Amino acid sequence: MKQYLLAVHMVEGEEQPSEDEMQQAYKDVDALNAQIQAEGAWVFAGGLHPPETATVVRIRDGEVVTTDGPFAEAKEQLGGFWVIKATDLDEALAWAAKATRACRGPVEVRPFQDDAED
Amino acid sequence: MPIRSDEIEGYFRREYGRCVAALVRFLGDIDIAEEAVQEAFAVAVDRWPVTGLPPNPGAWITTTARNRAIDQLRREASRHDRHAQAALLYGHEHPPEEVGKVRDDRLRLIFTCCHPALARTAQVALTLRLLGGLETPQIARAFLVPEATMAQRIVRAKKKIKAAAIPYRVPGDAELPDRLAGVLAVLYLVFNEGHTATGGDSLLRLNLCDEAIRLARVLAELMPDEPEVLGLLALLLLTHSRSGARTAPGQPLVLLPDQDRSLWDQALIAEGQDLVRRCLRRNQPGPYQIQAAIAAVHSAAPTAAQTDWRQILMLYDQLMASAPTAVVALNRAVALAQVEGPQAGLAAMEDLDLASYHPFHVAKAALLRELGRSAEAARAYDAALALTANAAERDFLDQRKRELG
Repeated sequence: MKQYLLAVHMVEGEEQPSEDEMQQAYKDVDALNAQIQAEGAWVFAGGLHPPETATVVRIRDGEVVTTDGPFAEAKEQLGGFWVIKATDLDEALAWAAKATRACRGPVEVRPFQDDAED
Repeated sequence: MPIRSDEIEGYFRREYGRCVAALVRFLGDIDIAEEAVQEAFAVAVDRWPVTGLPPNPGAWITTTARNRAIDQLRREASRHDRHAQAALLYGHEHPPEEVGKVRDDRLRLIFTCCHPALARTAQVALTLRLLGGLETPQIARAFLVPEATMAQRIVRAKKKIKAAAIPYRVPGDAELPDRLAGVLAVLYLVFNEGHTATGGDSLLRLNLCDEAIRLARVLAELMPDEPEVLGLLALLLLTHSRSGARTAPGQPLVLLPDQDRSLWDQALIAEGQDLVRRCLRRNQPGPYQIQAAIAAVHSAAPTAAQTDWRQILMLYDQLMASAPTAVVALNRAVALAQVEGPQAGLAAMEDLDLASYHPFHVAKAALLRELGRSAEAARAYDAALALTANAAERDFLDQRKRELG
């Protein structure tokens, strides 16, 4: 088995879905999570607070420096993610297709370097 | 029987895709498979001139390549390479390949090469390299891309196949129509690149047409029940049948109505028309089949004046129903002009959003010319000239513009 990251990208400045739409999205994501778990593909998943809550830690001149804000000043920021197990990319893409419907955002699929244990 | 090295070269090109596809299944790795097949051909170059041609050269190469790969992996297995050990086990368990399975392997490989997770340019490059047996510099030259760029494109695509685990299999029924459409698009693109060269050496490019037809034949043989596969093959054959008439001394580009039809390749036409009839009997029309049917109507006309434009217009209406693109609408407008006159054709072109597509301006110019609207026709030729870099097409357009007086 391989592991894949399904990363949900939020695009800044794009029209926000309505409150009803958001509530439906939460329900759809819960239902999808249940399905991923039931089918044994679940590793981990979670939604993130907005990029304004981010803090970056790095080494500068040998010292640890902590700064406010997201690492990249990009219009697209990570909004949440799933880590799933799948036999191959097609299986991962099938989950991603369900994920993008449920969360109403584009989903980037990236393979992990190491295979899953099972 | 003595065998010359250029004959071995011929076998290499013909058998490469089949052998690599079989080895990828045994080894689960494209790079190791390619390396093993290349080594096996090197052995063949040494041995065949002495021993003569083996009864089944393809199977000989596959077996030799597999044995070499197993030897190599056995040497490397001491490094506890999980992959190598897995391949070793796999290699031992499998008896020598049967021909039927090998055929399926090529089908698996083409779906891997044309996987939608790969960029179209990478799909094309991989298909030509792995199934066509073309070398990277040849592919680079054919697509007017620096060799290093093409090499990098291929390396990246192979890395992605491995890292992301793009599967090596024919997609299931649910995905097949979409995925097959991708494969057909790649073959059509290869053909068109050869047919309407965007620049460069026309001789080299003709090879792309041959290669696309060869691969379409393989696909038609492997998927004889897919009417769109037969439709694509028919379309390629019928289009290619006219290639000898597309140029003439002093005329770098001769359009369909002006072509010397005695130069059309009748064998290709007969084969293409036969495929079109086979498709029609299935009654599952699709864009490639309809385009092939249109090409078949053209090829059935002894002279341009005898073309059955009503039939062609009907087929374009059908094509508009399944693939309503602006380019199809343009071609339909050209057919309409033939049936109902240039005014009707021009009206149908009115709202098309094709300002950056040079054939649009060429078609418009021809109708304006017919209507005696020379100034507008000249402007349309200028717009077309501004959009094409191909020398043959530029000469042709210049000539047409001068004829306006």
